[in-house]
Amino acid sequence: MIFASHEGVSSGGSVKHPAAGNGSFPATLDELPQPLTPEQLAAEWDEEQPPHAGPLANVAAAVTSAALGIAGLAMSVAMGLGTPAKPEPGLWPFIISLVMVAMSVALLAFGRRKLDAEAFSSSSWQVAAGVGTLVGFVLVVGVAGFEIPALLLTFIWLRFLGKETWRMSVLLSFAVTAAFYLIFVVALNVPIPHLF
Amino acid sequence: MDFLAPVINGFGVVLEPTNLLYCLIGVLIGMLIGVLPGLGPAATIAILLPLTYGVEPVTAIIMLSGIFYGAQYGGTITSVLLRLPGEASSVVTVFDGYALARQGKAGTALGIAAIGSFFGGTVSIIGLTLLAPVVAGFALDFGPPEYTALAMLGILLVATVSNGSKVKSIIAASLGLLLATVGRDTFTGETRFTFDNLSLADGLDFVPIAMGIFGLGEILYNLEERHNKVQAPAKVANVWPSAKDLKDSSAAVGRGSVLGFFLGILPGGGATIASLAAYAMEKKRAKNPERFGRGAVEGIAAPESANNAAATSSFIPLLTLGIPANATMAIIFGALLIQGVTPGPQLVQNDPELFWGVVNSMYIGNILLLIMSIPLVGIFVKILRVRAAILAPITVLITLIGVYTINNSLFDIWLVIAFGVLGYLMKKFGFEPGPLVLAFVLGSLLEENLRRSLLLFGGDPSGFVGRPISAVLLLVFLVVMLLPLLQKAFKKTRATAPAVTALHDEKERV
Repeated sequence: MIFASHEGVSSGGSVKHPAAGNGSFPATLDELPQPLTPEQLAAEWDEEQPPHAGPLANVAAAVTSAALGIAGLAMSVAMGLGTPAKPEPGLWPFIISLVMVAMSVALLAFGRRKLDAEAFSSSSWQVAAGVGTLVGFVLVVGVAGFEIPALLLTFIWLRFLGKETWRMSVLLSFAVTAAFYLIFVVALNVPIPHLF
Repeated sequence: MDFLAPVINGFGVVLEPTNLLYCLIGVLIGMLIGVLPGLGPAATIAILLPLTYGVEPVTAIIMLSGIFYGAQYGGTITSVLLRLPGEASSVVTVFDGYALARQGKAGTALGIAAIGSFFGGTVSIIGLTLLAPVVAGFALDFGPPEYTALAMLGILLVATVSNGSKVKSIIAASLGLLLATVGRDTFTGETRFTFDNLSLADGLDFVPIAMGIFGLGEILYNLEERHNKVQAPAKVANVWPSAKDLKDSSAAVGRGSVLGFFLGILPGGGATIASLAAYAMEKKRAKNPERFGRGAVEGIAAPESANNAAATSSFIPLLTLGIPANATMAIIFGALLIQGVTPGPQLVQNDPELFWGVVNSMYIGNILLLIMSIPLVGIFVKILRVRAAILAPITVLITLIGVYTINNSLFDIWLVIAFGVLGYLMKKFGFEPGPLVLAFVLGSLLEENLRRSLLLFGGDPSGFVGRPISAVLLLVFLVVMLLPLLQKAFKKTRATAPAVTALHDEKERV
């Protein structure tokens, strides 16, 4: 197990990606950043990690999973456990819930200090807003077809969550909705609710 | 010629125009998502699952596996040109790849990586062809106790080898097992955890869970704008490596391929570990290791061959034992189940066309990828300019509409959103999503075999120890379980780990 030692190092975000280039790339090699040694690179990536959440995040996670496990235990017992030779439906969920509770206690007892949770920041509200648009999409799609919610969702994601320009957002959201209409309704004839 | 006949028939399957087309689509998508920001192969495969409903099983799996190994090629491009790994398995390629790009030899780096990847992939397919039937033959007399032990070991290995905290991974896995019990109990017919909801009576579907936790969870996580660093890709000039570079790297390619093949077979192993191990091995073997990190071609050749070899060989446990070795394989397992194919030892015999069709399609896929990586690499470099902000709403719509099309049910969209939020929260709190999905996939298989075994043993759990194979598997289970505790005891006295090991901590993007 040569790689087991990563245990001790805390980790944060996923693999980084450039993504956000705005089009103008310098042409010469000299403008590129200097190459770094693996150690420097690791340090740099580590700096870019989002801030860690404190031990409280782990406590919250442990309490949540312990609560889930205890609820699982209670419901399994209600379903009936039986014996190993003649198990009732609750036996297997009971075993799993037991593992879950045990591991939650272990997390609470020994894993609290490990800083592998990420702190929520002001940009986490963007995620909440994103989820809001998804919920809105499902609420509307059954009533009014997918075109209008798709248009709005794309626009909101481009303009407000993606910080694209107004022009770009309007043009692209119409283009994307039209493309989806052509692909899913006209070409594939998928029975998604639609207006036209 | 008993052995070769089905293999050759498999080529007949691959060469059907539909399958060739889907193979091309698969590797193209794989290459694209390797290059593009935001999604990894597991997320992409999850999101595209609804697409596989209308096609033949073999065609579907050819496409999905193409996405998987295609991403290994694509991930290299961003590593070399931008110093940012497109996939976790290309992290080590950054060191020497980017150093070469700085010296104006980005083309050489990409060329060597492509050739190494092709060689590693091909060696691994040949290994797979030879080894898979043997493993499957060995596993044919596995009974319920062996399967119980194997499934438990598989889940535990994926949980402990993943990057996050082991305790958290096991919690995630037990949540996955619990989710798998929702619905009707196959033995007694009673419903469990349905809360009198009719939509839950038949249990939770795999697709909304995979699409939510891997796909939507990843998209939501990326919304927090971590990717706002502007960077300039290096210019790509000549992609054909010189004869000297080829000669220098050929031994490294060979070693990387073999190492990657074996690491890929191990449950919980896979492309990321293989590339790290291959890099470390090359550095150790080199006469002057200080060249590494400054543009040594071996430093690209070895990990790139290894990650492709491992990506390919990780199909062996899935196709021969029915045990997925990593998160992506868990999704392909789910895709097979949707198609009514249960992967396992019988697959090679009962469904040789599917088995050999998928395996042989990888030769074609690797050739296509080699073409895309060398003559056409310029096109993919241009794609680097597409912004994540534009892709995000498109993938979201594909996810929402895609999951609806499976059952024409709004309930499934709600499920995807709920599991998307769960996936996001899990990532925030340091829980790996892989063990949950894997455990969910294996959950019913595990329970069924456990209960069958207990019937077999008359309710006496010590029966597991009485059968040699299940006893050995359980012993390994215990060792894996206790290993971290032993290591902790040793670690206190040991010096700090080298940087390459620390890099493994980069959270695997799924």
